[in-house]
Amino acid sequence: MAANGNNRYRSKYTLDRGMPGAFPGETVTRRRFMTATAHTAGAIAAASFTVPALGFALAPVFERVQHHWEIAGPTDMFVDNNYVPVTITTTPGLGEVGKQLVYVRKHNPKLDTDPYDRNRPFIAISNRCAHAGCPVRWVEAAERFICPCHGGVYDILGRRVGGPPPRPLDRFYTRVRNGMVEIGPRYSVNSELRPFSPRAPGEPLDGIGQYFYPAQFDERK
Amino acid sequence: MAKINPPVPKALREEPPTPTEDPRSRTPQAQALEAATTVVDWLDERTSLSGPGRWFLFRKVPKGTNWAYTLGTATMFAFLSQAVTGVILAMYYRPEANGGAYESVRHITNEVFWGQLVQGMHLWGASVMIVLIFLHMGKTFLFGAYKYPRELTWVIGVVLLILTMVMALTGYLLPFDQRAYWATVVATNITGTGPFLGPYLADFLRGGPEFTTTTLSRFYAIHMLVVPGLMIALIGAHLYLVTRLGTTAPPWRKPKEKHLPQAAEVEV
Repeated sequence: MAANGNNRYRSKYTLDRGMPGAFPGETVTRRRFMTATAHTAGAIAAASFTVPALGFALAPVFERVQHHWEIAGPTDMFVDNNYVPVTITTTPGLGEVGKQLVYVRKHNPKLDTDPYDRNRPFIAISNRCAHAGCPVRWVEAAERFICPCHGGVYDILGRRVGGPPPRPLDRFYTRVRNGMVEIGPRYSVNSELRPFSPRAPGEPLDGIGQYFYPAQFDERK
Repeated sequence: MAKINPPVPKALREEPPTPTEDPRSRTPQAQALEAATTVVDWLDERTSLSGPGRWFLFRKVPKGTNWAYTLGTATMFAFLSQAVTGVILAMYYRPEANGGAYESVRHITNEVFWGQLVQGMHLWGASVMIVLIFLHMGKTFLFGAYKYPRELTWVIGVVLLILTMVMALTGYLLPFDQRAYWATVVATNITGTGPFLGPYLADFLRGGPEFTTTTLSRFYAIHMLVVPGLMIALIGAHLYLVTRLGTTAPPWRKPKEKHLPQAAEVEV
């Protein structure tokens, strides 16, 4: 008894510690075994509802969004020196909320001189401000996109000329099928109009700021 | 336990019947008090909660306690008002992005009996609660009531403030009019501008890279299930700490001055 209580040295074998009903070579006491079993069972029970719940709530972060092409209108609907607003459905099944405005114009060789736009037949610019996602509108007289929320101003190419936006307006891929202009997935551009994967508003694509926002799983690279 | 818990106040104590008195001849008030005491005794015998109850209710407050000390309770009542009106609004509200949410709020405001009142109480009560929280916080700060040993009470209070703001943000979307929609678009985009983790957090809030019908359901669940539960738990912890540690005297009340011999010498 004294050997058990004053444990300078305590054998790991239950048999040596004089436990009733001990087996030779047994090291885990039944009390410890029972405690571990109860804790494991509790952990499995808790995980069995926590893991599905978390997965359910977090899945949209990883789920890849499906894109589709949508008809904007016949090719002769658009001119090369002014924008025509077109409403497209970005999220189907949502009614008005799932729609957004896209400003479309024909490719203009004098304006679209940068290498990335040379081969695009039509330019489609998103109306979501690159600052906080408010809807910008095209003001024809000023030849500017103007955001009503915080005063972001963009030129005819969607490049920022004033206000808080950190990058130009986002664009959409375009193509021509059967004489109709079609609008595809969105992409973001930096100040040189170089295309990048679609980014959320407020994320810069120039300078050090571009390294602060890692790639997301739900958008293609 | 008996030492910490204050005794039952005299007004609530039962007068023992005199041996010569016939119990049936007692006044109805005395009989009602006796019946109430019997019920309380029955409960107390099984729960032993009368001690903690007295510990919570009949505690000593410092001299100089004034109306500023009621701001915390006022905030709690604003929360209770939000909880009750919120439950009633949830009986009519439908979190459908495809027009249902707006229509149900319109129905509540225009057609349901007292719907405008309840919806208005919930809407304006949110602002009242924020104002009261800041007054309460200001009082705590100016009175120095956040100092040792009440730091944890302050920290829990700050978490409660943040949760109240989460409630304000998520509740703002629910009417689903133009203002609600664009405010939430901007708010989730601001969330997304946080470096490194921001985009993931914004995706989690929206339920994807774009605003969808999931966003409304998510905000509704956070607004009426997740945060209220957390807030009730934390208000409980806050109240426990207030009772455990007591309140502070106002800073202008000095501790009782001891007669100092030096002062007497100077006076002479």
